Amino acid sequence: MSVVQITDLHKSFGDREVLTGIDLEVRQGEVVCVIGPSGSGKSTLLRCVNLLEQPTAGRIEVLGVDVTDPDVDIDRVRTHVGMVFQQFNLFVHRTVLDNCTMAQRQVLKRSRAEAERIARENLARVGLADRADSLPAQLSGGQQQRVAIARALSMDPQLMLFDEPTSALDPELVGDVLAVMRDLADAGMTMIVVTHEMAFARDVGDRVVFMDGGVVVEDGTADQVIGAPREARTRTFLQRVLDPTRTSGV
Amino acid sequence: MSTTAAGPTPDPVGRPGLVPPQTGRRRISPRRRARRARIVQYAVLVVVVVVLASVVDWSRIGDNFFNQDAIAQIAPQIPRAFLNTVIYTLCGFAVGLSLGTLLALMKLSSVRLYRWIATVYIEFFRGIPALLVVISFGYAVPIAFGISIGSVTLKAALALGMVSAAYIAETLRAGLQAVPTGQVEAARSLGMSHGRTLVQVVIPQAFRIVLPPMTNEFILLTKDTSLVFLLGLATVQYDLTKIGRDALNNATGGLTPLFLIGACYLLITLPLGQLARYLERRGVRSR
Repeated sequence: MSVVQITDLHKSFGDREVLTGIDLEVRQGEVVCVIGPSGSGKSTLLRCVNLLEQPTAGRIEVLGVDVTDPDVDIDRVRTHVGMVFQQFNLFVHRTVLDNCTMAQRQVLKRSRAEAERIARENLARVGLADRADSLPAQLSGGQQQRVAIARALSMDPQLMLFDEPTSALDPELVGDVLAVMRDLADAGMTMIVVTHEMAFARDVGDRVVFMDGGVVVEDGTADQVIGAPREARTRTFLQRVLDPTRTSGV
Repeated sequence: MSTTAAGPTPDPVGRPGLVPPQTGRRRISPRRRARRARIVQYAVLVVVVVVLASVVDWSRIGDNFFNQDAIAQIAPQIPRAFLNTVIYTLCGFAVGLSLGTLLALMKLSSVRLYRWIATVYIEFFRGIPALLVVISFGYAVPIAFGISIGSVTLKAALALGMVSAAYIAETLRAGLQAVPTGQVEAARSLGMSHGRTLVQVVIPQAFRIVLPPMTNEFILLTKDTSLVFLLGLATVQYDLTKIGRDALNNATGGLTPLFLIGACYLLITLPLGQLARYLERRGVRSR
């Protein structure tokens, strides 16, 4: 069963075409890692899925709902689609627990007690049960990102979108966040992960999609795309990422 | 820079910072020059103070600014007037804050007409003296609209609130725009509607951001309450400035009443300034 079905997606910002015809299908329980050079449109693609960006043309079906339909109740779709941002975007004026309960109570109309129970479960799941009463500013970047994951999970999403979740983190904090994401993948969550972590993409990703210049250049199993890329552009990119000392002249 | 440039023997390595200081006879080190300048400044200050102290007639100053009789005369009125000033300020601020919030949201609305109305309102009330608005509420507005606003407090709150709403709206708009878009995106991605996001995430954060400048608006409003005498007050409704002005008509005491009244205003505004600084420091920490 397909969770996301993208057909011929185009997106422009003014005159600049960022996505020029993307086709992508994500099935239930799949972990799809999207890699590619910066500016290739990876984040824009991800943001189109929950309509943080309005597609210019094409069709996107999420959980069987056509979100490009102008009459779609997007707030309803979004409650089933969790999103984790590069900059965490925790609500800075609320505690960790409030961050995780706000949308549950406001949108899903859960009682305070139930929302807090679910929030605490998810905070425990990301290893931060003891920080429920902290403010975001009191946490490290890695902890904030794990709270952001717990916040998204508290809505019981059927799909999780990760937009470069570790790119803003100090290197020694990346591991904790990736470990949480790996657990999530092992638990069967459907995930689309825009990432620069090649090791994670290879180990955890069921599929790897390589994007460049607004199109999907290569789409296959992690071992195939990263281990034995067919396309020249993929090879060039991987060489640069995996061995940054040999950037020029390739 | 000037000392290094004057060095006759360039450093062998060519680094200007390592040039040895020139052993010129008439040059003094910058530090000694700064100390000399400081001594001169202190000396000037001491001379000015001494001259002033010897020229001024201290008993006249005492009579005019700290006159015991005048203080005794005005003192009984002060608590009531102080309370009135605080009440006018608070009520005016309540109106200003609610109307200002509405205007700020209108200014950021996607409906062009709302933006336009808000802009006209803000430019108008920011541009005319508060005095005119207060006079209007005292005389013209009740007649023009065929309504009678009985309570002076209500009149004062409306007049002062409508003026301060214009300033508050601009401050708040800046605050609303200063909330990072990521906060909105996070809320929307959780399925929260536009309105809910505004109420739960954007407005609370905007208020935090604008707390220090908002305290300034409050202080300005406190001082603007001195205009309510134009509304025609009964004795129990007098504010601080009004009793100060009236007391000036007494023959004795010179400026003592004004001096006292000024101190009363400072009693309100100085703690508020402290509060603003405290909030600013706290705000920095929570980011």
